[in-house]
Amino acid sequence: MCTHNNIQNTDNWKEVEGFAKKALPEHIVAFIEECRQDANPESKLIKVLQLVQEHFGYLGRTQMDAVAQLLQVPMAKVSGVATFYHFFRLVPRGKYLIRVCLGTACYVKGAERVVDKFKEELGIRFGETTKDGLFSLEGTRCLGCCGLAPVVEINEEIFGQVTPDKIPAILEHFTEKESEIKTQ
Amino acid sequence: MNNVNANYELLLQKAEEYRNSLGYGEKIRIRVGSATCEHAAGSQIVYEEFQKHILSSGRQDIILEKTGCTGRCSCEPIVGVFIPNKLPVKYQLVKRETVHKIFMDHIVGGKVVPENLLDKTPDSCKYHILMCDGTGCGGALDSGLRFQFEMKIAELGLKPEEVWLTHIGCLGFCTIMDKKEQTVQVMVRPDNIIYKIKTIKDIEDIIDSHFKKGKVVQRLVAKEKPISQRFYNLYGDVAFFNKQTRIALRNAGVVNPESIYDYLHYKGFLALKEVLQKNDPEWVVKQITESKLRGRGGGGFPTGQKWASARKTQEKIRYIICNADEGDPGAFMDRSMLESDPFSIVEGMIIGGFAIGAQKGYFYIRAEYPLAVERISHAIEECRKHNLLGQNILGSDFSFDLEIRLGAGAFVCGEETALIHSIEGERGQPRVRPPYPTESGLWGKPTVINNVETFANVPPIIVYGPDWFAQVGTRNSGGTKVFALAGKIQRTGLVEVPMGTTLRDIVYGIGGGPAGGRKAKAIQTGGPAGGCIPEKYFDTPVDFDTLGKLGSIMGSGGMIVLDEDDCMVDVAKFYMEFCQDESCGKCTPCREGTKRILETLTRITEGKGTEEDLAKLERLAKLVKKSSLCGLGKAAPNPILSTLNYFRDEYEAHVRDKKCPAHKCRSLIHYVIDPEKCVGCTMCAKNCPVPCITGERKEVHVIDTARCIKCGRCFEVCRFKAVKKL
Ligand SMILES: Cc1cc2nc3c(=O)[nH]c(=O)nc-3n(C[C@H](O)[C@H](O)[C@H](O)COP(=O)(O)O)c2cc1C
Ligand code: SF4
Ligand code: SF4
Ligand code: SF4
Ligand code: FES
Repeated sequence: MCTHNNIQNTDNWKEVEGFAKKALPEHIVAFIEECRQDANPESKLIKVLQLVQEHFGYLGRTQMDAVAQLLQVPMAKVSGVATFYHFFRLVPRGKYLIRVCLGTACYVKGAERVVDKFKEELGIRFGETTKDGLFSLEGTRCLGCCGLAPVVEINEEIFGQVTPDKIPAILEHFTEKESEIKTQ
Repeated sequence: MNNVNANYELLLQKAEEYRNSLGYGEKIRIRVGSATCEHAAGSQIVYEEFQKHILSSGRQDIILEKTGCTGRCSCEPIVGVFIPNKLPVKYQLVKRETVHKIFMDHIVGGKVVPENLLDKTPDSCKYHILMCDGTGCGGALDSGLRFQFEMKIAELGLKPEEVWLTHIGCLGFCTIMDKKEQTVQVMVRPDNIIYKIKTIKDIEDIIDSHFKKGKVVQRLVAKEKPISQRFYNLYGDVAFFNKQTRIALRNAGVVNPESIYDYLHYKGFLALKEVLQKNDPEWVVKQITESKLRGRGGGGFPTGQKWASARKTQEKIRYIICNADEGDPGAFMDRSMLESDPFSIVEGMIIGGFAIGAQKGYFYIRAEYPLAVERISHAIEECRKHNLLGQNILGSDFSFDLEIRLGAGAFVCGEETALIHSIEGERGQPRVRPPYPTESGLWGKPTVINNVETFANVPPIIVYGPDWFAQVGTRNSGGTKVFALAGKIQRTGLVEVPMGTTLRDIVYGIGGGPAGGRKAKAIQTGGPAGGCIPEKYFDTPVDFDTLGKLGSIMGSGGMIVLDEDDCMVDVAKFYMEFCQDESCGKCTPCREGTKRILETLTRITEGKGTEEDLAKLERLAKLVKKSSLCGLGKAAPNPILSTLNYFRDEYEAHVRDKKCPAHKCRSLIHYVIDPEKCVGCTMCAKNCPVPCITGERKEVHVIDTARCIKCGRCFEVCRFKAVKKL
């Protein structure tokens, strides 16, 4: 059995390392190398995965593999962590991620009807992405703006006091942005 | 002897120099709220708009700055305009268009814009008097004096435009002054002066000299400076705020969260200086113990005791962790504190670290709170730059540093052992306690975990003393508690009140009750681990013990007001869905039990439940409560048990009569059109997605109930209230 220390002495380590480094952007590779200098490098696993997701939008098998190799933790642990936390996504998502708050305050203020309206407008269910790859729909826990319930977050932008009839306009805001980008 | 004092003085000097160089005190200040909730309401646009206006006007005498969130959510964005020697003016619901009006009318023209005043506060008076109605101070015995003040004002013919009087909760004097003085305290804004009055002569002098001639009556000015003075000076005219006692939130909406100099100016790091100057960890622990501070994260464990037990261990490497995971899906006070007053949480942690002898501390913050993460990182950086973190803090022997770790969206990671696993990079699953983290925590070392609000309370306890803090609260629990008030209520937001305040005072006194004169049915406290308390118990004073007796918990402080339109079975189901989803799956009672409970509840809300189900539900809930491994499973049944206890009739209506009394459960309602009221406008038929509404124009319409999918569109669009939900 190889322990964490001698894996780098195996015959094909250089090759494995090369592959892994190619799978990840430079700044993440650099961050992992920095972590390896710490006393408890494996404790940075979640942070590394967060960076990967920030860069790719999701955690792909190749990237998780690369993280496992470079951080030198078992792949089982990487996928164990990736599947445990709600934050991590294992499939790609649309350009705009719509997250409807399903926290208590939003729930009692009618978040369910907001969800229904999004589903109706986009023709997708939770966890799905529209065919044009533009929108994905998800539920989320309290976003910390309960006073403005119901709340919807689209990428980093937060919309408060969202009622079903405001939804078409919100979506339009993004589709317009898209067509502007296209015409440019 | 160390030179902590001298180093602190140098810092203060720097802060004052910095503020003077910017012209604080002379210039006009515009402060725009800046926090996640404020941004959601559009405060960033407002900020930019002010920036443009100042730039294009070319004026050099205006400071534009950010401040945190005061916790008055439904009025955001909030903008404060502070003109020297004038009453502070706060505007609510400021939009891009309002900015222009505020700038032109108020800043340039000197005339307040009345439409947007926060909660319709008195705007044009010259002096605003806040009269302390607290029952704590000796003066309260002589309530006659209070009336005298009002009578004298009327007698002397002072108009409301000149002097305005408001009664407020408690200025916080009772606990710092000698009770034998038997005085009544009044605060005069905008001069930020507090008088102690005893006789009618005193009142006459104040009116004559101060209000008429603008000369302060020095002999009556109080020397003590209560903690809420600054907050009241800014917000004392707003009904939502002036019944609150702000300790943990003392700086929220007062300081600029991105400026260490601003924090220093408002007594920031004074507590840390005192602690390092004394250089006695035991003394710190003693102060905290005597203050009766109990953990605000939900458990309510005495903080002093926790710190003391970490100190007792032989191991010299120790850690301190701030739990900022805030997973309760209806609570946002920790977010607000992290975003609005990051330095005081950092200060609390450094003091905690010193007290338990830790070398390193961790902030565990939810990834869903990016702004909180940004502000805390910034605060940590600033502290490092100013030798408030790192080697030999303020020149003492104490070295300490902080690091941020992000959560990744798992409610159970708020549980302390799961949180430790998560920081170690593992799946966040709890483990059996004991050993408690104070013996064996992070990497097996003694670790103290405290909640954000717990740390926020530490600096004031050191500065104002444990006796003061203990007196604010109840017998077993010192200080205040911050609640996140939301749901069916007029004024939503953050409420900080002394322990022992009644639910009614919070819901009606501060929150203004439900909108439209509706009746509150119950209040849900403590989030998914808490319970629902019916209206008839609203006179209960709130603290850890009393809520427990009612079958709920204090929890982290979420408070959701429910009204007649909320179905209690549905609410219970909502929380069970949450817990079932968040169960980490480690132990069977919680993993399987929550699933079965949820199935049963779903059956009941769909009208397929039987009376036997109710008995089963209760048995299963009790079992899960008794036998789960961690707090999540142990508390998950609380919402069910409390609603079964207080609202059994609603459950019975669902199973026996197949009716949902609140008309909430979709399977149990149906829509019909009242032929008496229908005028045949065709709106409903046009909007029905099925469509299953028939009828000619100007004739009575009919719903085909068999095909209706109960979407409720017709109910919403009918302007004649002809569609009935049964
Ligand atoms: C399921 C679960 C979730 C919890 N979530 C939080 C949380 O979000 N924030 C928090 O401060 N404490 C939370 N706690 C309580 C912590 O385990 C711990 O008691 C607390 O952080 C200790 O700090 P305190 O003594 O200052 O309250 C949670 C407990 C359980 C069982
Ligand atoms: S009670 Fe639930 S959350 Fe806690 S350890 Fe057991 S399964 Fe996990
Ligand atoms: S909207 Fe109301 S009034 Fe109009 S047709 Fe329908 S039920 Fe009748
Ligand atoms: S509830 Fe919906 S489906 Fe049913 S009649 Fe009304 S609009 Fe049509
Ligand atoms: S419940 Fe939706 S923001 Fe809190």
